[in-house]
Amino acid sequence: MRGYRIGKGVTPVYKAVDTCAAEFEAETPYFYSCYDRENEAVRSGRDKVIILGSGPNRIGQGIEFDYCCVHAVMTSREMGYEAIMVNCNPETVSTDYNISDRLYFEPLTLEDVLNLVENEQPRGVIVQFGGQTPLKIAEGLEQAGVPILGTPQDAIDLAEDRGRFGEVLRKLEIAHPPYGTARSRDEALKIAARIGYPLLVRPSYVLGGRAMEIVYNREDLDRYIQDAVQASHEHPILLDKFLEDAMEIDVDAVCDGEQVYIGAVMQHIEEAGVHSGDSACVIPAYSVPEELLQQVKQHTQDLALELGVIGLINIQYAIKDDEVFVLEANPRGSRTVPYVSKSTGVPLAKVATRVILGEKLSSMDLPSEPAHPHFTVKEAVLPFSRLPGADTTLGPEMKSTGEVMGIATSFPAAFAKAQGAAGQTLPTSGTMFMSICDADKTQAVELGKRLRDLGFRIVATSGTAEALEEAGVPADPVRKFTEGKPHVVDMILVGKIDGVINTPRGRGARADGYEIRRATLRTGIPCITTMAGAEAAVSAIEAMGEPGIQTHNLQELHGNHTRSS
Amino acid sequence: MNPGTKNRQRKSLPAAVALEDGSIYRGHGFGATGAVCGEIVFNTAMTGYQEVVTDPSYHGQMVTFTYPLIGNYGANTIANESGEVHSRAVIVREAHNLDRNSSAEQGWVDWLAQRGVVGVSGIDTRALTRRIRSEGAMRACVYWGDFTEDEVAARLEATPPMAGQDLASRVCCEEPYELEFLRGERLVVVLDFGIKRSIIKGLGRAGCNVKVLPAGSSADDILKLEPEGVFLSNGPGDPAPLDYAVTTTRSLLGKVPVFGICLGHQILCRALGLETYKLKFGHRGANHPVKNLDTDRVEITSQNHGFAVRLPEALAARLEAGRGGSTFFEAPPESELRLGTDFGDAVISHLNLYDGTVEGIRCREVPAFSVQYHPEASPGPHDSRYLFDDFKRLIESA
Repeated sequence: MRGYRIGKGVTPVYKAVDTCAAEFEAETPYFYSCYDRENEAVRSGRDKVIILGSGPNRIGQGIEFDYCCVHAVMTSREMGYEAIMVNCNPETVSTDYNISDRLYFEPLTLEDVLNLVENEQPRGVIVQFGGQTPLKIAEGLEQAGVPILGTPQDAIDLAEDRGRFGEVLRKLEIAHPPYGTARSRDEALKIAARIGYPLLVRPSYVLGGRAMEIVYNREDLDRYIQDAVQASHEHPILLDKFLEDAMEIDVDAVCDGEQVYIGAVMQHIEEAGVHSGDSACVIPAYSVPEELLQQVKQHTQDLALELGVIGLINIQYAIKDDEVFVLEANPRGSRTVPYVSKSTGVPLAKVATRVILGEKLSSMDLPSEPAHPHFTVKEAVLPFSRLPGADTTLGPEMKSTGEVMGIATSFPAAFAKAQGAAGQTLPTSGTMFMSICDADKTQAVELGKRLRDLGFRIVATSGTAEALEEAGVPADPVRKFTEGKPHVVDMILVGKIDGVINTPRGRGARADGYEIRRATLRTGIPCITTMAGAEAAVSAIEAMGEPGIQTHNLQELHGNHTRSS
Repeated sequence: MNPGTKNRQRKSLPAAVALEDGSIYRGHGFGATGAVCGEIVFNTAMTGYQEVVTDPSYHGQMVTFTYPLIGNYGANTIANESGEVHSRAVIVREAHNLDRNSSAEQGWVDWLAQRGVVGVSGIDTRALTRRIRSEGAMRACVYWGDFTEDEVAARLEATPPMAGQDLASRVCCEEPYELEFLRGERLVVVLDFGIKRSIIKGLGRAGCNVKVLPAGSSADDILKLEPEGVFLSNGPGDPAPLDYAVTTTRSLLGKVPVFGICLGHQILCRALGLETYKLKFGHRGANHPVKNLDTDRVEITSQNHGFAVRLPEALAARLEAGRGGSTFFEAPPESELRLGTDFGDAVISHLNLYDGTVEGIRCREVPAFSVQYHPEASPGPHDSRYLFDDFKRLIESA
């Protein structure tokens, strides 16, 4: 169709956005396409690179990619290239008229990008900073003969194609959770029987964990296949063994084909299964044993080199029972790049851009191992207070719409700061409500003790209260929502509760906690839904009672090793 | 032949805008068929297409609308600025014939067709505007129908340039007339060079009754009516050939308060001894920033003129220095904006912030002032309506 159109001479021209209807000569290098007569975007004679952005901001494709794109543009310009930005979101920094040498306000589709590549004749296109959106059109660009700068298309495919990626992992002897791909209900059930529940199920090719779910049994899986997703030959569903209670690790690294620079190893505070965009995480990975940490780093290096990455790569790991599993590898900038850069002072997207444009890591004088004199905690900012009625439990589907970072000399203090910044200031006294699933009760008892020591009164649902009392932790029982008035939701709504720890497990229990979480949203008190989060929160409350929480400023913190960021 | 077939045949006829410099922009015809010639200009206002084409100041011109969609709210009688369409042709990106707007009496395309106005749509108006901007306003032929290249070229050749023509006497009223307003307290004589109806309304709203006289009226004709103020109206084209109007104005200055708008401003300035010149492509739109140097406030103004008042060289140089590399002008203090005239000191009261052209002048020794832009708007913002009240105050203090 494209060939037919071009054959008929139907090609677009580009018009400048000059905000004055062409009445005056304007120098805004800001263009959009239309099928009309005069092309205002006349090609310059300079060597140029095109950087593809992430398109409209939506949950799962955040502003973090825009940060990467802006850094890529800045670095390309510093290196003497004409940097051409393509994005279709006016609310971003990359689409400010003065960031790039030229800005094309165009949709990130193959057709539109090919049109402007035709108009600009760049040295190549950088696809790895805009998240999944530009990555998806890399294949088409390459087929049309457009050079992809950085990680080549084949390497992208190698990481994205489950079968091929599985081969790589086998070759490198790296473990991954058992998985399967089902094209029908029968196939799905067979796979489930083989690898066991719980399972993480999702349609293939999704963004931001959309329609992703954890299923705990056959009925759940049946319902998922029937209601949520119709498995078919063209749209298979993916089933992964869900590593419950595993610890999740994220790594952002840059590879130049010879060497791998690890930006940071992040430890998620929530267990694996919560979308990485929603989970709080911490640098350094404070509770991962050194040996496993080294293993993660080694795997990262091996994978980046084996895949043939040139530029950024993000790898997600799960650690369960002292074993490291690779969950997935994304050969592109991830949404944690800004956080890592600000935490360590090494601007990863800039480093990656230099690598993509031909420089070697060895020539860059990067700090070999980022020192961590401080802890930084990233916390997601959730939009629930603006969306009355939304289910606030975190899961594999991304729900956050922002993020904040807390810096301190200890993990609990950094966590406390991050919570406060995310609008969930932790209480330092008052009444804490606990409703804990059976599997977590041992740990809950220990947390209950610490909360009592901090002077909190504890109220709990009958089962939890019993467990606490048995262990000698006084707790007042309170009715569940379903047990009739007066129940805990009323207490929350009248302000008698200052914090909630509620860890639902299994679909039924998760639905039970819905009313509680809704009430906490209305009253604006913190509602913690994972044991790991609760553990961090209690430590943070302890830290808040201690003197000496200070503010740190990034410039001073990174003054000694920040490169032009 | 049934009307449908006739319409299809009409639509298949070629339509284009042929410029004096040889470039040609092809599109689709609408309105009436035919070939017309004149000066091609562009207007950047987003609304007010009907006011624009009925404004006598556009007499003999062909208007390119830079706003891409024209006709979307239809046409109605109340929007007319005069009794007829003055622009010879309209050039648009997209023409609409909708009449579903509650105030619309007719679709815009039908309205033009009924008045015999040639329209061409489907034009890359941005490209055309850029051309006019870089090459200046020029003659053009707009046609819809079978016209050979030679015919078009011959018509273009036969079109006189805008400069040097007395268009005002062609569009002004033939006979005097008068209008009384509900709150009318003062009598103002309007010297009509092609006045817009909304200017008369503006005078009425400020409390003036008007007696309108044709452009060629003498000072005696005017003073005989014992006016408390005289208004010099807007109008089309070049002020230079209007010596008779300048003479009349010189005889009025000092005898009666004078207020001028647009062409009237240029005539007042010529009467004071200043010169006028043709701008490269003029000011036509509804968002031109003008700084009122008395109040230090910026007014967003409606503009429509192809000629402007030339500043004495020294003053122009001082203003240029104030530009400081930016598009916008830093206005100098009032003491530096004074100039001596045949009627004593005058002061530049308003400046265009885009290009530093004179937008207003006020005499310090005789009661007279004028502005280049259009305080009556229509179309445009109402930032400057206060000028009509200023005129009434000037009358009352005289």
